[in-house]
Amino acid sequence: MSAMNLSNLTYNTLLKMFAAGKRFDGRKLLEQRDFTVEYDVSYKAEGSARVKLGKTEVIVGVKMDVGTPYPDSMDKGNLMVSGDLLPLASPRFESGPPKFNAIELPRLIDRMVRESHMIDLNKLVITEGEKVWTVMIDIYPINDDGALIDAASIAAIAALQQARIPELNKDGKVDHDKKGTKKLPLNEGILPISFTFYKLGDSLFIDPTREEEEAADGKIVLGISHYKGKEHMIHSAQKGMDAHLSTEDITEMMKTLPKLYDDTLKKLKKFLK
Amino acid sequence: MTFKRPDGRKLDEMRPMVAKIGVVPNADGSAMFTFGKTVAIAAVYGPRLLHPQHMQDPKAAILRVNYDLLSFSVADRKKPGPSRRSQEISKVTEWALSPALDLKEFPNTVIDVQIYILQANASTRVAGINAASMALAQAGIPMKDLVCAVSVGKMDKDLVLDVNDEEEHFEDGEGATDMATARLANSDKWTLLQLDGKIQPELYPKALSMADKAFAKIYEVQKKALKDVMEEEK
Repeated sequence: MSAMNLSNLTYNTLLKMFAAGKRFDGRKLLEQRDFTVEYDVSYKAEGSARVKLGKTEVIVGVKMDVGTPYPDSMDKGNLMVSGDLLPLASPRFESGPPKFNAIELPRLIDRMVRESHMIDLNKLVITEGEKVWTVMIDIYPINDDGALIDAASIAAIAALQQARIPELNKDGKVDHDKKGTKKLPLNEGILPISFTFYKLGDSLFIDPTREEEEAADGKIVLGISHYKGKEHMIHSAQKGMDAHLSTEDITEMMKTLPKLYDDTLKKLKKFLK
Repeated sequence: MTFKRPDGRKLDEMRPMVAKIGVVPNADGSAMFTFGKTVAIAAVYGPRLLHPQHMQDPKAAILRVNYDLLSFSVADRKKPGPSRRSQEISKVTEWALSPALDLKEFPNTVIDVQIYILQANASTRVAGINAASMALAQAGIPMKDLVCAVSVGKMDKDLVLDVNDEEEHFEDGEGATDMATARLANSDKWTLLQLDGKIQPELYPKALSMADKAFAKIYEVQKKALKDVMEEEK
């Protein structure tokens, strides 16, 4: 577990197994591990959720505060996504200034949530042009066994779904003693989820364990929703790592992605409040 | 109704491109690349010994990219120094360029690629990759191919090539989707794929085939600039 580099033996074994369509845990290459969603990680948060995807565990909390609108979106509330790869969650995470993976994770979740318009930011204005709600989504992995971004996307969506707007006291500040009753305004029928496709040799697979993730040559993170229940829409994409992808790889992903999303959404809906 | 581009271009028309080699005489290789009003310059230093030593890779050179906007290249002055955005773009640019390079030839070394945007009018990261690719070639780093990069947009329902500032903020209908792409010039190897917005999965491969056609033109511009500088040196 604490060995930091994948051995050539493991790499070559995985390469052969994936080529034969096999995995150590018996899953198919495009099969996601089962996941669970729990709520109320912290009662101090406006909304929070814990997702366990196999052995990967991520918690997400939503906090809200009164802020000023950005100059280019005076009629909208603000969205901020951040997070940290806590050294608590893996021997591979270190303290100190954020490394690239710690920057990429919240940015990809930010783009997926923002571009999908899941949150109705227009309804988060308190005083036009002066005071708006700022929604802050914070992501913390508790145990990293691969596919952190995908697990984090599920946790973020779940936490947003049950978030409540806090009450304001007389001088317009958040009243931390009162529990909000109004739900965070969400646009109906938009529940984006992220799926990361990994490539090893010529094989494409999803939801890797940590070991499989470390063996991968390349990846692409895709955020998708069944937009307003009408048609599938991709909201975010980012290719990572040194390996290239072929047009055929991408065409195949575009074909399989809607079905993967529909299946995961069905499982997620069972947990949504 | 099809989308009408604010600057009157056809949907699959890029802004005028200019490529120039050797813009930083001190560097081992350097280049400028423009898409209309977007101007990127890139300089390559190396391969040179990497310090500190513990960061060295005994099997291959390390490619290290730094991308940033100059403070006055954008409307609201950009605070100098790295941001999360610039760090992310630096990393994806590394990944966009490294498949073209033969890094195994130079163990224990680093190849530094510095990319700066002098004037930003959208599509800055792809302009930066085009410049960097030429700078690496001029520096004599062994390359399998040049890397060509372009952005594809989706405005409401229509695909457009080489997105500009105004288009980036388009909000009608399905709004604006911005897709940054890069590929090795002569093979089906995509090295940069980024997307923000709303696009149907079946439309994404069509966006890529639009980029495909642009790469042939970008490649010619890059190649000509590199040839011209070789002629001059003779």
